[in-house]
Amino acid sequence: MSDRNASPLIRLRGITKTYGRGDAAFQALRGIDLDIHAGEFVAIMGPSGSGKSTLMNILGCLDTAAGGTYHYDDIEVGSLTVDQRALLRRYALGFIFQSFNLLARTSALENVELPLLYRGLSRRIRHEKAAAALEAVGLGDKLRNTPAELSGGQQQRVAIARALVSEPRTLFADEPTGNLDSATTIEIMELLSRLNREQGITLIMVTHEDDVAGWAHRRIHIHDGRIASDERSLQTTAAHP
Amino acid sequence: MIWNAFLIAVREIRRNLTRAFLTVLGIIIGVAAVITMVTLGQATTRAVSDQISKLGSNLLILRPGAGFGPRGVPGGSPNFTMEDAELIAEQVAGVAATAPVRMASLTTAYLDEARTTAVTGTTPAYFQIHQWTLADGRFFNEADLRRGAAVCVIGNTVRNELFGEKDPIGQRLRIGSTVCEVIGLLASKGQAGMGDQDDTIIVPITTLQRRLVGRTSDHDINMISISAEDGVDTEVLTTDITAFMRERRHLQPGEDNDFHVFDTRQITEALTSSTRMMTMLLAAVAGVSLLVGGIGIMNIMLVSVTERTREIGIRLALGATAGEVLMQFLVEAITLACVGGLIGMLCALALCVALSGLIGVPFVFNPMINAAAFCFSAVVGVVFGFVPARSAARLDPINALRHE
Ligand SMILES: Nc1ncnc2c1ncn2[C@@H]1O[C@H](COP(=O)(O)OP(=O)(O)OP(=O)(O)O)[C@@H](O)[C@H]1O
Ligand SMILES: [Mg+2]
Repeated sequence: MSDRNASPLIRLRGITKTYGRGDAAFQALRGIDLDIHAGEFVAIMGPSGSGKSTLMNILGCLDTAAGGTYHYDDIEVGSLTVDQRALLRRYALGFIFQSFNLLARTSALENVELPLLYRGLSRRIRHEKAAAALEAVGLGDKLRNTPAELSGGQQQRVAIARALVSEPRTLFADEPTGNLDSATTIEIMELLSRLNREQGITLIMVTHEDDVAGWAHRRIHIHDGRIASDERSLQTTAAHP
Repeated sequence: MIWNAFLIAVREIRRNLTRAFLTVLGIIIGVAAVITMVTLGQATTRAVSDQISKLGSNLLILRPGAGFGPRGVPGGSPNFTMEDAELIAEQVAGVAATAPVRMASLTTAYLDEARTTAVTGTTPAYFQIHQWTLADGRFFNEADLRRGAAVCVIGNTVRNELFGEKDPIGQRLRIGSTVCEVIGLLASKGQAGMGDQDDTIIVPITTLQRRLVGRTSDHDINMISISAEDGVDTEVLTTDITAFMRERRHLQPGEDNDFHVFDTRQITEALTSSTRMMTMLLAAVAGVSLLVGGIGIMNIMLVSVTERTREIGIRLALGATAGEVLMQFLVEAITLACVGGLIGMLCALALCVALSGLIGVPFVFNPMINAAAFCFSAVVGVVFGFVPARSAARLDPINALRHE
């Protein structure tokens, strides 16, 4: 599936993004060309303000590009309606945010169930899947806790469980360990890289830290809204013969 | 999908009970206030017009004096005569009957119970004109009138005060210094805006003139009750009676009337329209309170939508469509508004029953105002719950998530 000659899962051509208008306009992305194949584990790096999050949000269909084309699985995302993009997010994409973005005053279980609610699954199946996902991230005993009753690492794991429960093909993680200490960071990274290894989930992650980027097989550096470098580690070829 | 939205909505309501309670409270107060005020206002209007109609229909009352204001001042307008009453009945077209009335306030006593009562001396036509009916016994008749018989018909209050539970018919009641036989008991008319109508004793006018108070002049009639024939315009009749009486009293053109004609229908209309105005005023006040309630709801909803834009962003990011998010908010708003409206209606019902008992008006359930208030609350809840959510659901997910 990771045959480099096959058409890539994600293909960006000349993607630009401008914030604001007129004099205040700011070009956050200045023409991004990028191919990512199914099963890859990519780290996006770069200085603060370089446009990493902007790029991730466009990749995750949370935001729309100003120019260029974005093909996901040979679908032109720019030509989709708002609702079609919602359905793409629902059925194919998962997102993990730096700031978790869990629903407050809502139990871990209900938070993880949320994406399944929109798939019209029965109550029993929702519960089973959500509980299993929380179990998988090591929170089997915290199903009833609300975010306020969980540590930062536990909250991030709830967010990961929420992203995983709908079995996405592609998982986007914007600084998933940005708020966590080093021990927790390692736990989370082990979890993510296992998902990539064992379930073949395509993983795209933004990070500042070289340690964290070291878990990925491919590192893309962004500078002032342009790709500055794109390097693969040898493991990539090893992991995907 | 609607069921799904309903489930999500109920979850969100349960999660934010305080917010839900505040929203609902605004609706409850508004709905309850409007329904209560309008219902009570209408009950009062009805009570007033009911009681006035008991005074008699097509009833005109002729009194000496220029109208409202001090009556019977010394050297004031002269009273009427018995002949005035007879001639009005005979000569003015459209008059069905007349009854001369002479009033006297006299001490009445039965055994050792005594009290002062307004005694009315009149003719048998009076009962019909004033629409009195009997609870027991009989009215006095023309024969009693001719003889000046010592008989009387008493009202329910007099019966209660003097006879208690005892059957008053055939009992001997002392009025002034004369003993009269009670021959009839009037059916109660209750309190009508103008005092207790049941606190009365009615005797033949001849009895009053000859036995009870004596007679010093022909002009001893305080009032003439006149009933109009059916279908006669009482305004025209008032004019005719006025012209007739001016002639009988030899008033020169340009001279003011020294008597006046009350048209009870006009009084009814005036009172009914003023209570109706009161109702409208109350309704307006209540409407304002409903509006204030609505603004309260809008406020809470707006604040909560700001607060909930992130929630909307999360839902959108997880793959909800804008339509699904909106459906959730719509169902939430409708649920809250309906619950509030229903509780408000129940509160209003309880308040109306309690208050109408307290101020002594009949309680009449008004489905119109209940429906109107309920619909208004639903619309307010839905509009204010829905409109702010709509703008949030239109955002790109990332913008909703970034919302502070
Ligand atoms: N909503 C916005 N409105 C205006 N400018 C924005 C907006 N979002 C981002 N920017 C600007 O776009 C540029 C890129 O922002 P972005 O969030 O992509 O940076 P980043 O690489 O993720 O930085 P960091 O590492 O600090 O998260 C920044 O200069 C930022 O100021
Ligand atoms: Mg960022």
